[in-house]
Order: sequence, then C-alpha cells, then structure tokens
Amino acid sequence: MAGQTLYDKLWQDHLVKSREDGTALIYIDRHLIHEVTSPQAFEGLRLAGRKPWRKDSLVATPDHNVPSEAGERAGGVEGIRDQVSRIQVQTLDENCRDFDVVQFGINEPGQGIVHVIGPETGATLPGMTVVCGDSHTSTHGALGALAHGIGTSEVEHVMATQCLIQKKMKNMLVRVDGELGPGVTAKDVVLAIIGKIGTAGGTGYAIEFGGSAIRSLSMEGRMTVCNMAIEAGARAGMVAVDQVTLDYVKDKPYAPKGAQWDKAVEAWSQLHSDDDAVFDAVVELRAEEIEPQVSWGTSPEMVAPVSANVPDPAAETDTTKRTGIERALEYMGLTAGQKITDIQLDRVFIGSCTNSRIEDLRAAAAVAKGHKKAESVKQVLIVPGSQAVKAQAEKEGLHKVFIEAGFEWREPSCSMCLAMNADKLGAGEHCASTSNRNFEGRQGYGGRTHLVSPSMAAAAAIAGHFVDVRELQRDAALTAEEMQQ
Amino acid sequence: MKAFTQHKGLAAPMDRANVDTDLIIPKQFLKSIKRTGFGPNLFDELRYLDEGFPGQDCSDRPLNPEFPLNLPHYQGASVLLARENFGCGSSREHAPWALDDFGFRAVIAPSFADIFFNNCFKNGLLPIVLEEEVVDQLFEEMYAQQGYELTIDLEKQQVIKPNGETIGFEVDAFRKHCLLNGLDDIGLTLEDADDIRAYEAKRREQAPWLFDAVK
Ligand code: SF4
Repeated sequence: MAGQTLYDKLWQDHLVKSREDGTALIYIDRHLIHEVTSPQAFEGLRLAGRKPWRKDSLVATPDHNVPSEAGERAGGVEGIRDQVSRIQVQTLDENCRDFDVVQFGINEPGQGIVHVIGPETGATLPGMTVVCGDSHTSTHGALGALAHGIGTSEVEHVMATQCLIQKKMKNMLVRVDGELGPGVTAKDVVLAIIGKIGTAGGTGYAIEFGGSAIRSLSMEGRMTVCNMAIEAGARAGMVAVDQVTLDYVKDKPYAPKGAQWDKAVEAWSQLHSDDDAVFDAVVELRAEEIEPQVSWGTSPEMVAPVSANVPDPAAETDTTKRTGIERALEYMGLTAGQKITDIQLDRVFIGSCTNSRIEDLRAAAAVAKGHKKAESVKQVLIVPGSQAVKAQAEKEGLHKVFIEAGFEWREPSCSMCLAMNADKLGAGEHCASTSNRNFEGRQGYGGRTHLVSPSMAAAAAIAGHFVDVRELQRDAALTAEEMQQ
Repeated sequence: MKAFTQHKGLAAPMDRANVDTDLIIPKQFLKSIKRTGFGPNLFDELRYLDEGFPGQDCSDRPLNPEFPLNLPHYQGASVLLARENFGCGSSREHAPWALDDFGFRAVIAPSFADIFFNNCFKNGLLPIVLEEEVVDQLFEEMYAQQGYELTIDLEKQQVIKPNGETIGFEVDAFRKHCLLNGLDDIGLTLEDADDIRAYEAKRREQAPWLFDAVK
C-alpha cells in the first residue's frame, strides 16, 4: 500500500464516521470566530434551542470591523463610529456572553486578526483540525494542521455538533526547491505559485507546500504561503511539521507543557507525507527563478515579476483570458506593456492576515529606516496583526522608524485589507498592499490594489512607484561598504 | 431549509469568468447580522452607477443600464447562467444569501469555487456544473431568444431546455437528498451523536492537549 500524505493522516486522525454517500464526519478541534460570519450562526443555535457541543473549542475575537485609528479605537466597542459595524461587534460580545465563549475583546491584549492570534497564542496547534468562517483559515495549515474556511451554516453546524460534513479532497504537492534570492520573500513565492497554477488551479485539492525553499522559510513565512492557498482555489494549505514548527510552538501560552509537550512532540513527528505517498497532482517551481512579484490585475493570478511589464491582451490567444486582461487593465487604469515600475501609487497598506506579523513589520522597517514616504503618496498605513505583534514592534522601536518615515502606526485589525472599517481607497487610487486579494472594489469602491510583499510595499511608499527592492538593498549594501572604506 | 425539487424559471446571464464573492456582494453589506435582505445589493458595483451603503433604500439609486439583470427582459429571472470559477474568493455565505434573496434558485456554470459551491446547498440554492461547451450553448440560446426559460428537475438530475431537450447533471447523493427534502444538516449529524462522543473519548486519551481550554 502506498504511503500517506500529510493531508491523508490529518483526515484519518479526525474521521468520526464515513457515510455511505461518500461524505464523512470530520471532528473539529479548534473553531475560531469573528464578528462578520458568526451572528447568523449564533442566531440559528438560539432558534433551534441548541448549545455549543464543546464551548472550550471556541475562541472569538473581533477584527474586521474594529477601527485601526487610535483615537476611535480608544473608545472600545461603544466608540466605533460606524453604527452598523458597532452593532456587529456588540453582537459578538453578546453572543460570547450568552453562550459562554472565550473572547479576546476589542482592546484586550489577546485581540488581533483571528489568523494571527491562533498560532501566536498556541490556540491552534500542529495536528489540529481548525475551522473559521473565513477563507484565510488555511493560514493555520502552516503548523501542520488541517485548516479551512467554512460558511456560516457550517459555523453553526460545527458549533452544534463539533463536526463538519466533508468529502475528502484530492492531494496536491507544490514543491519549491532551491534557494530564494535576496529580497525574495514568502509572499513572492506564493504569488508566483498562484501566477503559475491560477486562481482555480487548486480547486478540489488540499495543497501541501514542500521542497527546500519552503522548509527554509520561518513559521511566519509558511503562514503567508498557506494563507494564500485559497487564492489558488484550495480550501486548505499545509506544511509538514519539522524542527522550525516545534521551536515556534514551544512555550506558546496555550501550547502543551511538560510531559504533555513530550507526548505531543512524539505525535507531531508523524505529521509529514510518507516518502512513498502519492499525490494526485504535483507542481514544481525553482526558487532561483522567483523574483519579487507585483499583481497588476483584479485577480491574484494576474501577477508579474517587478522587472516585467504589464501584459498586452493582444498577445493572448485564449479569448476568455484576453477579455479578462482587457477588463482588468481598464479597471486598473493601466496600459498594455507599461513597465511595472512605472505604476504610481496613492496609498500603501502594510497589514492583513497575510503579512502583519512581526517579521513582516521588521522587513518593512528595514527598508523604511532613514527614509521618508514620497510626497505623492497620500497615506501609508502600518497595521499590526495583533496586540502582541504591536507590543513587540513597539519594544523593538519599529513604530518609531515608521512614524519618522511619515507612515501611520495603527491598531490591530483587518483594516484596509477589505475596508470594512474606515480605512479605504478612494476611487481610482492605486495601492501597494501586502494583503491577499486584489478584486475590484476590495479595498474601497473603485480602488486599485497591487499585491506585494512588505519590503516591496515599503520601498514603493518611499519611491512613490514600484521599485525592485533588490536594487535598493544592493544600493544600501554598496553605501555601507563605501562608508566602511 | 427550503426544499428544491423542480424549478422552472427565466435564465439570465453573468457573463464573465472568475466572478468573486466581493463582486456578488461587496463587503460593506456583510455588516448585517441577518440572513435576509441582501437581494437589492446583489452585484451592487455592477448593477448601480453609484457606491452602495448598507441600510440604504436602493429604489432610487441610478441603475447601470448595461447590466443584464437591469434589462426588462431579464426581470424575474431565477436561473443564473455563469462562467468558470464562479464564486471564488471568500467563504462568506452572504453570497448565496444575496442570490437567493434576489430570487435565484439555481446557478449553472462550468465550474464553481469550493466553498461557495458548498454554501449554496446549505441555502436551497442549486449550483449545477455543466460542460463548458454546453454552458456556451445555453448562453447562445438565451441571448438569441428572449424569455428563455429552463426547467431544473433535481430528482431526475436534468436541465430541460425550452425545446424539450434535456441535459443531465451530477449531484452528490447526500446533498441531493438534503435538498429534495429540505433537511437540516445539523439534525442529521446529531443522529450520530454517539459516534461523535465515542471518537471524542478515544481522542481525549490519545491527545489530551487538543482539549485544553484557552484563556
Ligand atoms: S486580514 Fe483580510 S483576509 Fe485576513 S481575515 Fe481580515 S479581512 Fe480577511
């Protein structure tokens, strides 16, 4: 018999029951909750007179609707100016109180974007099944967990039964081998993968990311990659457990301790695909060939290396694709064949569950240090992913670097990733954004999003247009050398 | 959940690939804590010429005269013809809620995004996958003939064209059963409560750290 993939193992470990019709009941260990996709689910429980099956599996936090601006934020829930947003956050408070669910409230130390606080607290662990009414739940797969986004009906179903009705997905391995060049980050890797397989390339699959370049990424980098598995169409992305995983998880507040830790490590050491495991699809990329990426269109697959040009629809032979490119260029206000580095920016957003962790902020600060944002750039938002990230950044003085560069240092929230709070793009504005979606209107009505890594975003903020961050870094290295001589 | 057995309705087009959930229902409308009332904001950015806000009366907003669902001959449509990878993007169930609230009972496309596809079934909305050429053909016929109505028979797993021609489609047995009978998944799963408890007890012994409380 062929060996098992990581996904096969996680599935097997959580299989409560296979049904004759090909579906299965999968047990869920951790259920994360935020204010947008939960109200109707709690309401459903109430109407049916049901209670959560295991309330200790639930962890809630508000993130999408909370203000990022310090003044407004200081007022807590009551202080949220947008009434509709306020009601949603209040409703989460009420539901958590009524159903006795643990919540990290709006200004509590544990609060943050749900996908940032899970791993950083140890609320999500290797070997778990993790769900949340949010498609970027795939992030937690970086720990060697089976994590996927679910709809609100499923949120209610998991709350009521601790199980999810699932059909087993197919296995895909995305292998990135080799060494990443300087200035090339996890974000560039995942954008390059999506550029290669397309936004539907992973539909129906659980993707395991492997290969030496993935293994060489930090835990946070792996989270960035798994985060965007959904942009490749896959509900779940994951990375095998290795020493990097264990070092990351150890001593997290809710990670097992003492003898439990040893037992857990033993169990987790199995969480990798067997050598003879068979995948339904394998995609391979060479790390050396990946450059810093910039998305130019209105879908995450519309992405190009920073040294390239915006594509010319006339060169595309497939008609659906050609129309897609034409429509995207029109919406984005770009001309066919223009250089990516000629795209001028109005705003820059560094944040979101893709890139708002401490390493992301360090990378952005390293580029920003000693520079000022370009005059032409109206606003640069730096939005840490959690209270813990914010505290750590302040301890390291990163916030000062940002403030000196003319950037705005904000409070933990989803912020301009989807513009449900007050942070939005104006119509026609171009934004270099470290988030994950560049759909029409995603960051504000008529807004134009370009997805990039944190260092590329910071570099663009300073130049006012896209620049190849590698050139900046080369220049900086040269200056340092000159100074030494 | 409302049952779906047979449905006959006017077809209308959403003629572009990769229609994402932000396009189906822009995020400002996700602030509602209800399941209903999203219909007026379905495809908001395409349907209206101005920016929409939650809670607003949409009846006097400027309509985009070129958007198909605004055309007189598509009024009352309940079957949406769409292109590949329909419903990609977020997991928001507001997308099927909005389609349902608008009056759609079925969406036909060559492919759907996974989470959206799944969410449709939970809301009595039937997503039907047909071969790309077949969908192309339906689009052509719909454009050629005003008042193009399709009948969908879930029991027989058939789409029936106005000329009586039938097209078969696949549907998962369990989902079909639930949809035909309007069954609530939760009630069904709770029939297996003993299995869940047995699994839980075994698992608690093997991996107790999975059951530690947070905070
Ligand atoms: S940061 Fe963006 S993608 Fe992530 S959970 Fe928030 S809104 Fe969703």
